[in-house]
Amino acid sequence: MGNYYAKFSAFGSHAPAKILTNQDLEKMVDTSDEWIRTRTGMVERHIVSPEEAASDLAYQAAINAIEASKVKYKEIDAIIVATISGDHPFPSTACILQKRLGLKGIPAFDVSAGCTGFIYACDIAKQYVENGAAMNILVVGVEVLTKITNWTDRNTCVLFGDAAGAAVMSRAKATDISRIIDTKIDADGSQGEYLIQAAGGSRLPASHETVDANQHTVYMEGNRIFKNAVKSMYASSEELMRRNHVSSADIDWIVPHQANLRIIESLAEKMKVPMSKVIVNIHKYGNTSSATVPLAVDEAVRAKKIRRGDILLLTSFGAGLTWGSILARY
Amino acid sequence: MDIEAKVKQIVMDKLGVEEAQIVPEANFIEDLRADSLDTVELVMAFEDEFGLTIPDEDQDKLRTVGQAIDYLKGKLG
Repeated sequence: MGNYYAKFSAFGSHAPAKILTNQDLEKMVDTSDEWIRTRTGMVERHIVSPEEAASDLAYQAAINAIEASKVKYKEIDAIIVATISGDHPFPSTACILQKRLGLKGIPAFDVSAGCTGFIYACDIAKQYVENGAAMNILVVGVEVLTKITNWTDRNTCVLFGDAAGAAVMSRAKATDISRIIDTKIDADGSQGEYLIQAAGGSRLPASHETVDANQHTVYMEGNRIFKNAVKSMYASSEELMRRNHVSSADIDWIVPHQANLRIIESLAEKMKVPMSKVIVNIHKYGNTSSATVPLAVDEAVRAKKIRRGDILLLTSFGAGLTWGSILARY
Repeated sequence: MDIEAKVKQIVMDKLGVEEAQIVPEANFIEDLRADSLDTVELVMAFEDEFGLTIPDEDQDKLRTVGQAIDYLKGKLG
């Protein structure tokens, strides 16, 4: 714990206009609306146009969050972007976003933690705010997974969508009820091969062979990931609740990573929390990786479900493997 | 409740099948119409109920009701 408390000043989000439905997917691969709904809970997802990239979505979400926060652009002290599908391997998407926002003289960097990226980025931002090094940090989770999807793999291509979610994290005033109570992030690299984009880095540089073998796309062993996801999100959530003396009855809203409705339902059951307290929008967006949690929070805030003072538990799980949770009073 | 009765109860709850269908030779996927995620959820329910960890490599050994009961009896016996 540092000298100050951090809080979420506001959230923002953006999804591209084009919608891909389960019926559209039926025409592309051997699948069915019923198969996708019963196994994932997904009905449609938003996908980018060929000319759109991660920073385009991040820019809109960032503007929405900054406007809602009432923080002035010049008061932002750093930009952290969580992504695994940025505009380029380098420079970072955070630097591209800094240029788009017209901000200068502040650090900007990306965080790679798969679908847990936004939780990781918030954990980092919280340290800067708590120790007094920053007053306001723009944190963005953005993904354009549909551009690294294997459209011939019916087990994975139905799962992903594109979106960005953003938050402005600020130093809390003494009179604020809002604050981030605690965060917990974790990783297990020994299971990394179950969820991987194998090629395009220094292990397997891009070549005709890697392209032909679809190694630049998402590979996932869904069944192994399923069990790990439920157990890890449960473990980090329980740890946060235990060490802050918060019971599941105290929590107003759980906002879990939207990867699969059945993972979400298993987690709620294990935590003994009714689904009426769980924010779900997977049917509209599919799995947008690091964007799911801030996108879901933003929608719920704008729908006046989540209100100032509510106790939130944000939790996610992803490639790495990584996982983590945030306990916050909004 | 013994292991067998607990396993049957979990299978009934998770897969929504009648007790009469839950015979030892019933294959979760072929006979009880479980999908691949149901089988993972069953394993997780066994872990919670009996307080043990079933490693990923052991999951393939639990294809039928009887195999699940025998596996759990072996682990807990």
